[in-house]
Amino acid sequence: MSYEFLQTLWFILIAVLWIGFHFLEGFDFGVGMLLPFLGKKDEERRAIINTIGSVWDGNEVWLLTAGGATFAAFPHWYATMFSGFYLALFLLLVGLIIRGVAFEYRSKDANPRWRNLFDWMIAVGSFLAALLLGAAFANLARGVPINADMMYTGNLFTLLNPYGLLGGLTTVVIFLLHGANFLGLKLEGELRERVNGFAKRLWIAASLLYIALGVFTYAAGFWARGIVNPGIVPITAVIVLLLTGFFLNRKMEGWAFIMTALNIVLTQVTFFSMTFPNVMISSTNPAWSLTIYNASSSQYTLTVMSIVALIFVPIVLAYQGWTYYMFRKRISTDKKSLVY
Amino acid sequence: MDPITLSRWQFGLTTVYHFLFVPLTLGLSWFVAFLQTRYYQTRDETFRKMAKFWGKLFLINFAIGVVTGIVQEFQFGMNWSEYSRYVGDIFGAPLAVEALLAFFMESTFLGVWIFGEGKVPEKVHLAAIWLAAIGSNLSALWILLANGWMQHPVGYVINEVTDRAELVNFFALVGNPKGWLFFWHTIAAGLTTASFLMLGVSAYHLARKQNVDLFKRSFQMAAIVGLIASTLVFFGGHTNGQYMYETQPMKFSAIEAHWETSQPAAFSILTIGDLSGKQEVWSIRMPAVLSFLACNNFNCEVRGVNDIQAEYESTYGPGDYVPLMVVTYWTFRFMMVVGFLMMLISFLFLLATRGRYENAKWMKRVPLVIALPYIANMSGWILTEMGRQPWIVQGLLTVEKAVSPNLTTVDLLISLIGYTVVYGSLAVAMFYLMRKFAVAGPDAAMHESVDAAPASVGSQD
Repeated sequence: MSYEFLQTLWFILIAVLWIGFHFLEGFDFGVGMLLPFLGKKDEERRAIINTIGSVWDGNEVWLLTAGGATFAAFPHWYATMFSGFYLALFLLLVGLIIRGVAFEYRSKDANPRWRNLFDWMIAVGSFLAALLLGAAFANLARGVPINADMMYTGNLFTLLNPYGLLGGLTTVVIFLLHGANFLGLKLEGELRERVNGFAKRLWIAASLLYIALGVFTYAAGFWARGIVNPGIVPITAVIVLLLTGFFLNRKMEGWAFIMTALNIVLTQVTFFSMTFPNVMISSTNPAWSLTIYNASSSQYTLTVMSIVALIFVPIVLAYQGWTYYMFRKRISTDKKSLVY
Repeated sequence: MDPITLSRWQFGLTTVYHFLFVPLTLGLSWFVAFLQTRYYQTRDETFRKMAKFWGKLFLINFAIGVVTGIVQEFQFGMNWSEYSRYVGDIFGAPLAVEALLAFFMESTFLGVWIFGEGKVPEKVHLAAIWLAAIGSNLSALWILLANGWMQHPVGYVINEVTDRAELVNFFALVGNPKGWLFFWHTIAAGLTTASFLMLGVSAYHLARKQNVDLFKRSFQMAAIVGLIASTLVFFGGHTNGQYMYETQPMKFSAIEAHWETSQPAAFSILTIGDLSGKQEVWSIRMPAVLSFLACNNFNCEVRGVNDIQAEYESTYGPGDYVPLMVVTYWTFRFMMVVGFLMMLISFLFLLATRGRYENAKWMKRVPLVIALPYIANMSGWILTEMGRQPWIVQGLLTVEKAVSPNLTTVDLLISLIGYTVVYGSLAVAMFYLMRKFAVAGPDAAMHESVDAAPASVGSQD
């Protein structure tokens, strides 16, 4: 396998990991953010958490694997991005930490104040993580200040530009909608009705923000800066998002969920094809951008990692898919059937 | 304070904190899997309760280990970007493999185990806890292979053009004896940690005559495993020491405050250094014992710190290549003394289980032993990481050159204070829950939470 082929392959693999992560953790971030607003009684909140209880940790491993794969395949990308986005990533980590612990701890004490506190930690943690991820990806599309030595020269406030903030906010609302659609699939009775109402309102906000982000991207010229033209992919993403509303109105929750899932996947495909073969665009000087060619590991490492990935990725996909199948039933708020 | 010092403090604090929780996860997972298997085989209700009870404590501890582990994977890039560039070709591989092979397995099947009881077939539920235990312990293997490479780099070349280390032999990396010795030492330490937790908690309940049968079984089991595991820790550590003598002689001699090359070399029982930590003032030594520790031979030569410093200066250029000796010297002694103590204690407990030990007066004091493995675990990691200084990768890259150049003191103060606050609060919540569930005993572990009964009257089954 040629070096260039391997570099492209690993770019695609990392893109797939991010796509998987956004699709999966997208709904569990959404569920987390909705938790204190949607669940009024304790059993309701427990039922909401249980829809993702058995899977959120596995979903998060997609992020860890994306991080690890970036480190192994494109060390310069990993080094520049992680050190450059230092404080943003620190806040993202805080979000993931408080959220993860809260899932496990919230039911371990019956005091309502304890439970409420941890429920809010889940919501705030999910919000922080979604917002910062969205802002980070928007900034990667926009370009960030990088010097000739591959060093990030901005700070936290460089990332808080209007485009970055719009990207963060859009991600939050899309994830909220995606989470609501997932809950529509997994809950029953009154909660299912309630979440449908939430989803319809979220859909309006999500559509407006998403279109605004698209227009901004196009108008500001962040469009197709690499060698691939995303073509009709982003247009399809808009169409499926609009279709979500149609299915929500007809209470076709399965289809609504598929639509937001497609929207998220297509958004990520757009992002990665917009930048390819760049991995981090330098806003200081385009010649200083990090690309799959100047940021990658040696051919030997990429070959070894390709073999490992080829063997294990299908196995992981198989057993993770199997757990979703195992836990496919709807969750009721009936106390007897709830797992705490 | 400069960014390097702050980055080092942050890495040290977050890593040591993470490792407060990891050994218990590694060790207790095997116990829970074993207990559930025994229930599956015998249908003995006590085994079911044991699996539930120890499983509950396992989960409370597990949660913090997982979330603090995410920080570990990110902070190489965040704080040590130049390190990441230099070694990414090699170090990134085991990290990616760890996520792909181990983390997915651990998290997915633990989810099945927690939520699957009664929902998935019993055999699947049982398989899930075994797979989660294997996943946890596999993750330890890969991260220790990565760490082993930092202590003893193998299977690489330095690319002259890019000035980076590049992987040339993946099997050398995977077969690095350093990593496997760490793995042996760590897995055994994990089992020891779990055993001592079980001994302490069981004794607490036995002293109060609660669930006597259940806790006698736990105590006995923990005493046996504790003795075997702590003995394995010792031999793993001893072998590790000898390999260190070959591969990291400076660390070895710094641990012993062994200044001058000598043959045979004496083992220091107590050495007092001067205030700079660079010179010996007074010491008591056991003749020839250090030679034995280094090469199983009472008469071999052990090179002193001064000689090795001179050699390193001629190889790597001027600089101070001696680690902070007061730390290496004392952490080693803490680790070793506590390690021996644990072997002795588990042996005595095992003897005691032949009689009517549950009525013994000393049972009330036994919970104190829970602290022992933690002291040893912490000392061990501080020793192995501080002993590598000033290197981040032995002989290749110093810590000073590895730090992210773009970080400011303010960035680091924000994150360092932030981690301290978040980690501190989590520790409080975790300690509160651990204590509550440990004290409440197995009946409470069968329900959602210890004090939930009043809230759910009527629907209780």
